[in-house]
Amino acid sequence: MLARNAESLYWIGRYVERADDTARILDVSVHQLLEDATVDADTASRRLLSVLGITPPDGSTLDVWGLTELVAMSPETGSIVSSIGSARENTRVAREVVSSELWQCINAMWNAVPERQRAARRVGPHEFFTFVEDRAAMFAGLADSTMSRDDGWRFLVLGRSVERVDMIVRMLMSRVDDRPTSPGWVTVLRSAGAHDTYLRTYRGALDASRVVQFLLMDRLFPRSVFHALQQAESCLDDLDHGPAARIGAGAEAARLLGKARSDLEFLRPADLLDNLTGRLQDLQTTVREVGEAVSRQYFHAVPWIEWNNAEVNL
Amino acid sequence: MSPRQLFDGYLDPRRPHAGAYDEMFDPVDGVRTAYKRLHDSLEPLQPADLTTRAEALDRALVDQGITFSLSGEERPFPLDLVPRVITAAEWSRLERGVVQRVRALEAFLADIYGDQQIVEDGVLPRRLITSCEHFHRQAAGIAPPNGVRIHVAGIDVVRDEQGDFRVLEDNLRSPSGVSYVMENRRTMARVFPDLFAKHRVRAVGDYAVHLLRALRAAAPASATDPNVVVLTPGVYNSAYFEHSLLARQMGVELVEGRDLFARNNVIYLRTTEGEQRVDVIYRRIDDEFLDPVHFLPDSALGVAGMVNAARSGNVVIANAIGNGVGDDKLIYTYLPEILKYYLGETPLLPNVDTYRCWLPAEQTEVLDRLDELVTKPVEGSGGYGIVFGPDASPKELQAQRRRIKANPRGWIAQPVVQLSTVPTKVGERLQPRHVDLRPFAVNDGDDVFVLPGGLTRVAIPEGSLIVNSSQGGGSKDTWVLAPRASDEDAELRGPGLGTATVKQDGASTPERGPELNVAQQQQQQ
Repeated sequence: MLARNAESLYWIGRYVERADDTARILDVSVHQLLEDATVDADTASRRLLSVLGITPPDGSTLDVWGLTELVAMSPETGSIVSSIGSARENTRVAREVVSSELWQCINAMWNAVPERQRAARRVGPHEFFTFVEDRAAMFAGLADSTMSRDDGWRFLVLGRSVERVDMIVRMLMSRVDDRPTSPGWVTVLRSAGAHDTYLRTYRGALDASRVVQFLLMDRLFPRSVFHALQQAESCLDDLDHGPAARIGAGAEAARLLGKARSDLEFLRPADLLDNLTGRLQDLQTTVREVGEAVSRQYFHAVPWIEWNNAEVNL
Repeated sequence: MSPRQLFDGYLDPRRPHAGAYDEMFDPVDGVRTAYKRLHDSLEPLQPADLTTRAEALDRALVDQGITFSLSGEERPFPLDLVPRVITAAEWSRLERGVVQRVRALEAFLADIYGDQQIVEDGVLPRRLITSCEHFHRQAAGIAPPNGVRIHVAGIDVVRDEQGDFRVLEDNLRSPSGVSYVMENRRTMARVFPDLFAKHRVRAVGDYAVHLLRALRAAAPASATDPNVVVLTPGVYNSAYFEHSLLARQMGVELVEGRDLFARNNVIYLRTTEGEQRVDVIYRRIDDEFLDPVHFLPDSALGVAGMVNAARSGNVVIANAIGNGVGDDKLIYTYLPEILKYYLGETPLLPNVDTYRCWLPAEQTEVLDRLDELVTKPVEGSGGYGIVFGPDASPKELQAQRRRIKANPRGWIAQPVVQLSTVPTKVGERLQPRHVDLRPFAVNDGDDVFVLPGGLTRVAIPEGSLIVNSSQGGGSKDTWVLAPRASDEDAELRGPGLGTATVKQDGASTPERGPELNVAQQQQQQ
């Protein structure tokens, strides 16, 4: 398929997942701030912003509304609204390779944003977050049922999985300096939609190290880092039509993903908490490098050259 | 339109039970301090705005399936928009009173199903115990491993005309309603976030953690990793939503009687991987249905052999069988004696004054003043069978007189307590409506934990003093305010799992996809 379309599909996957996960993180954090009086809203908000890679504003004290405004409503880079916009832009340029239902879903989502924002300002941010989560779920469902399992699908899933790893790592980053008994760990599980599954798996015992284990290493839960890495890896595997490599990994992206996956796969659970911060940062670096490697291998992006004043100066 | 619209005509002196204590307004000084901020946030709201929120609230409850069954029909449990506020000081008094009561009743139940020392010592008449319908001989001699019989208690309290808390009744069998406490809070935070921003409200979300800890602590000593299950009558039970919520939050199986069986005095669970031993059963089934061998032989809900398994110490039933003797409304009247006998203390939370139709002298007085007293069946729950003397017709009073004479052990009488009122949304206005409060206590054998909050039930019809959901009651989110100087959390702060030194390098800024530059965009046009 066309490299440009492949790139768009990859980024559609990433942006939709990013919007979804950011909404989930915010939904849970905002309500924790509201319900738990012992949390300092300003500190918590700033930490969340820095983990999401958004520059916190200087000076003013942040509260729940300020946080929502910044992360959800503003058109600034990294916000939910900007992710939705970018996802739509990418779908628009790749309309011939996505199903029209999928395009409609994204487009309707983008069109409904202003109205949902007004509703959220009236009755509370939850309104907006559920809207984003619902639409993202609808997008996933439509993609699943209307796209044939060709390379386009693989790029979409690849993007989604890579972004998922990134976002789960960010969720964990936002809690990493909480004490192990902090109720904040529940919020990580809630953000990942993993609360019920976790409770059933571990019989209700809530313990920070198990939460980290579950979200990083669980083999079965689709939003665990391990599962997402594995899925990304299998997409790359199927995309690789070249001759099978006899020694080492053929492609850099596959090598990076495989290494990160096997690091988690064969790690002793007891060792997970040693240098957790370092491990999370490594994963984040891996995600970035995978992104670059995929783009080099498949998208062949050429720098745009301006041919102005191209006189030959001797 | 005046901004005070919402509260217009709130303290109308002609309202029924005008003598009741209003929790928001003092008749002389205006808004009470506890409610000051809440009042200030509500006052500027337009009635239409309030209605929008109320609709969003109802929708959220229905979507989440937070319902109760009334005569077989699933209904959303009406949640009122205006929270009820309890200050830190009020709460700490209430909490101590509840803990004291639970401890005394634990000692009482242990004694009654053991040596009955309190009867031997002549403090309580034996007839009082043996005539209680929920005194189960089948439970005599069953000693729970950690001594706890009241794993969960719901103590119903009301505020009288002076604003003092009084206990209306104890619920030691399987008190329900705690799921509404948790879900009300979640839903309120979603629909009315701005109210929370100005208050420090203590969280109620970790109830299941405490419950699970207490249930695991109750397990037989032989169980290393106790297997806890929640036993429900089934999906048609009015509190099924609560059973499934608790099982879900504790991460344990929700089972029905048919999922369990007993062999050699051990209870097993039928699973796809064969049988699995059960150590603790948090049952939400009445005693009579628990075990067809010992109780109702035609019970389809229970497990044959459960009582014997409990007796041989292989399984723990929570709450214990026969707890009903502790929450009998006649035994309730003897609580000051019980407290004095076991703990040597006087009640921190007084009872509501009660006449015992059982004692001839008091019966005469009750029959004389039947038209001004409330008469209640000692067994009743759900507000059934209660007769309000002032509202009853002479014919009803006559029938009630006959019932009391026929079965004096079955009835008690109380003066009409004008329950305190809290602003409640009725139509487009806020009106005073009567409320009670059910705090939930969990006993893990070492400590009695009282969930900071509890279920506030509110009687929606004007003038009604019956708050039961089966009688058209609703509920309110109950806010226990955190003490002003609660730095305990900061002090408890220990080292985290790692350090959150977020490196501001390239890896933490989100990657972006390619974008066309301005020149490309322009030329494409």
